[in-house]
Amino acid sequence: MKKTTVLTVDDSRTIRNMLLMTLNGAGYETLQAEDGVHGLEVLGGSEPDVIITDINMPRMDGFGFIENVRRSERHRAVPILVLTTESDAEKKNRAREAGATGWIIKPFDPEKLISAIQRVTA
Amino acid sequence: MDMNEIKEIFFQECEEQLAELETGLLALNDGDQDPETVNAVFRAVHSIKGGAGAFALDELVAFAHVFETTLDCVRSNQLEATRDVVKVLLKSADVLADLTNAARDGGSVEEARCSELVAELEALARGEVPVSAAPAEEASAQEAPAEAEPADHDEAGFTPVPVQLDELDEEDGADAEPEFEPVPFSFDDFGAEGEEAASGFKIHFKPKPDLYHKGNETLLLLRELGQLGTLDVDCDMSALPAIDEMDPEGSYLVWNATLSTSENEEAVRAVFEFAEWDCDLEITPLEAVSAEPPAAEPMEEPVSDPVDAPIAENDPAPEISEPVEVEPAIEPIAEQPDAANVIDLQQAAAQGKDAADVSAQKTQARSTAPAAQATIRVELGRIDRLINLVGELVINQAMLAQSVAESATSGSSAVTMGLEDLQQLTREIQDSVMAIRAQPVKPIFQRMSRTVREAAEMVGKNVRLVTEGEATEVDKTVIDKLAEPLTHMIRNAVDHGLESPEDRVAAGKSPEGVVKLSAKHRSGRIVLEISDDGAGINRERVRQKAIDNGIITAETALTDEEVDNLIFQPGFSTAEQLSDISGRGVGMDVVKRSIQALGGRVGIVSTPGKGSVFTMSLPLTLAVLDGMVVTVGEQTLVVPLTSIIETLKPESEHIHGFGASGQLISIRDSFKPLVDVGQILNFSNTPTDPLAGVALLVDSEDGGQSALLVDAIQGQRQVVIKSLEANYANVPGIAAATILGDGQVALIVDVEAVVAASRNGALKSETSLAAVG
Repeated sequence: MKKTTVLTVDDSRTIRNMLLMTLNGAGYETLQAEDGVHGLEVLGGSEPDVIITDINMPRMDGFGFIENVRRSERHRAVPILVLTTESDAEKKNRAREAGATGWIIKPFDPEKLISAIQRVTA
Repeated sequence: MDMNEIKEIFFQECEEQLAELETGLLALNDGDQDPETVNAVFRAVHSIKGGAGAFALDELVAFAHVFETTLDCVRSNQLEATRDVVKVLLKSADVLADLTNAARDGGSVEEARCSELVAELEALARGEVPVSAAPAEEASAQEAPAEAEPADHDEAGFTPVPVQLDELDEEDGADAEPEFEPVPFSFDDFGAEGEEAASGFKIHFKPKPDLYHKGNETLLLLRELGQLGTLDVDCDMSALPAIDEMDPEGSYLVWNATLSTSENEEAVRAVFEFAEWDCDLEITPLEAVSAEPPAAEPMEEPVSDPVDAPIAENDPAPEISEPVEVEPAIEPIAEQPDAANVIDLQQAAAQGKDAADVSAQKTQARSTAPAAQATIRVELGRIDRLINLVGELVINQAMLAQSVAESATSGSSAVTMGLEDLQQLTREIQDSVMAIRAQPVKPIFQRMSRTVREAAEMVGKNVRLVTEGEATEVDKTVIDKLAEPLTHMIRNAVDHGLESPEDRVAAGKSPEGVVKLSAKHRSGRIVLEISDDGAGINRERVRQKAIDNGIITAETALTDEEVDNLIFQPGFSTAEQLSDISGRGVGMDVVKRSIQALGGRVGIVSTPGKGSVFTMSLPLTLAVLDGMVVTVGEQTLVVPLTSIIETLKPESEHIHGFGASGQLISIRDSFKPLVDVGQILNFSNTPTDPLAGVALLVDSEDGGQSALLVDAIQGQRQVVIKSLEANYANVPGIAAATILGDGQVALIVDVEAVVAASRNGALKSETSLAAVG
């Protein structure tokens, strides 16, 4: 069976590495991108089962990235989890309006991260 | 990769973010209006906070959070980045850097410093005018201490939510009481009702089309619900339209489920956390339901296992049906042709790229740094190993060349040519490897801006730091060792070089003093200059001080230059005596020693009323050295080429006796002390006959010259420096060692130390300058 593939979009190497460690440890295939623009580039050549994205990033932030993914024909149904330190309702709402499926508050607990992914993937 | 490695990466990243932060803040200070600058500054702090949260560095998180909140106000144009505001931000950046260091290396940051800044930052975020200008009544109305006051930040779109403590296992830093505590998950939207252990819930769930547009699926939600207990699911299909009238992206099914569980309502709601907005959801405890009529009539037989339910399997591609209340919800998406979407994406990507390019250009324009190129990160240890190996290669190549030269094959042109090629390749490899370690001095220059800020604040002066040549590259080992002497000299320039604002105005200068730090390459070395536009060295005072301290006698005649150089003398001064006059000298002997230890020289030029310029000249790398190989007694020594001005064969008419045993050599009508290297280094007991040897005229950093007397010169070559201290011990008069082509170990002469020893008559004591004159 094909492994579940997760695309992570985050400008922090620290967070990218932590995600990589957690996701690979849980048996997921992991793709990584450093910001929204890079994320769209990576998406152009891949079919991830779920996307985890940060909000504050250079070049294209998480909101812009989500909107672009939702507008694309190929990837518009991919679940997108927002990984953010922002815990306030307003940011969540903006992420939801942009089309986010769910969110994970940083710092993430590995178990909760995995369960959030499981919640949105078959 | 484990957590420790990631933590290491985190601290590396922090360093970069802190540099970014400072660069951005300094740009704002200089009037930069670019919103991207503010964004970058915000992101830097945000990113540090995010990573720090992951490692439960609570103090760091707490401070970064307050800092970030204030920056968010700047970002959303609620707070203008005036110089007073930026001043607070810069100080906060300093504290953030200190907190980061404390988190990495242990130790702590004074709590008063933090809390003071936290209060200032919070005042800024509340829209209070910074510093003394704050209106009194407003200040008193806002007495709230360092506790969260999220309501004030609503407009900024940022409400810090105090949440429960995270569970990452980190023991340190738990004493503080941060107002912001990171937590993996927060369900802050929900009231904490439902504490009573209900035995189950009725769940009415009607998804809207948006639910599917955001990648959620009913199937998955029901599956999750099923994991909480025993689940009975009814699907209400009454709203299904006829198949030809059905919107394929519409949502028509309503789900009624009964969940028997020991979990509370919060856990049930948590399942719908992501879906909550895009559905009609009713969750009622079973007891309550039984008292009322059922919320919905079951239409079909219950589906007990939603995962296997055939209907559910069609999700999210919707449900078969008859039209009831179809909303054409997503047609814009559905109607867009594929190609258009692709173009959209590409354009977006391209625009993003353009934006990045533009901002990169701006950065470049600001800092004159080279355009960013693709880089990889390599552990320093690996580079060190490579450099060591290349060093061995160079030595080996030299040994090979030598043995070929000595053997019969030396006549073979093929061997000779091959050796020449090898030599050239070796040299190129060596240069390339050295270039790997070369780094711009920019980070260290940036650090100096903080030093200036702090020193200026401490002595109550107005100082601006101007930097030049930040892109100048030098070996990382040199950079690392530059920080300390530079910091010292910068502090000195601010403290002693510059006058007080009042004195400056009285002298007809701007009240703001300027300290300039520049770097450039000059003949294979890096030259750093620290200049100030202060009053210059007060030579009378310095001279008097030197007499008082017994460094010179009242009768000693000194040139201006020599007087200036007195400040480098050990024991010249201590801080408390000179800090209030416009002299210099705090710890300058220490500075000089550390520069010398790097194979560098330091000099000073001072103009009364106009200021002083300190010049440091350093080798570009500490790994190789161009040297003159000489023979002294039985020994082969290497004299660094950079200190040699010329070599000459002494003739009898040029040699003159001096004092009891000293000798001078006259070179073009000026007399230089002749230093017998063999004797100074104790290699021979009998003096070398000047007429049988060779003299190397060398420079010393006080501007004087001496002639080193050696037996013979073997030749010039590049040698690989092997530290004596690391491998053996520090030897006075010897800077390091190397291995020559024949495998012989040769010592590298510390010219300064040898010359100084000849003046003082002994290697270890550096007591008096009285002999100069």
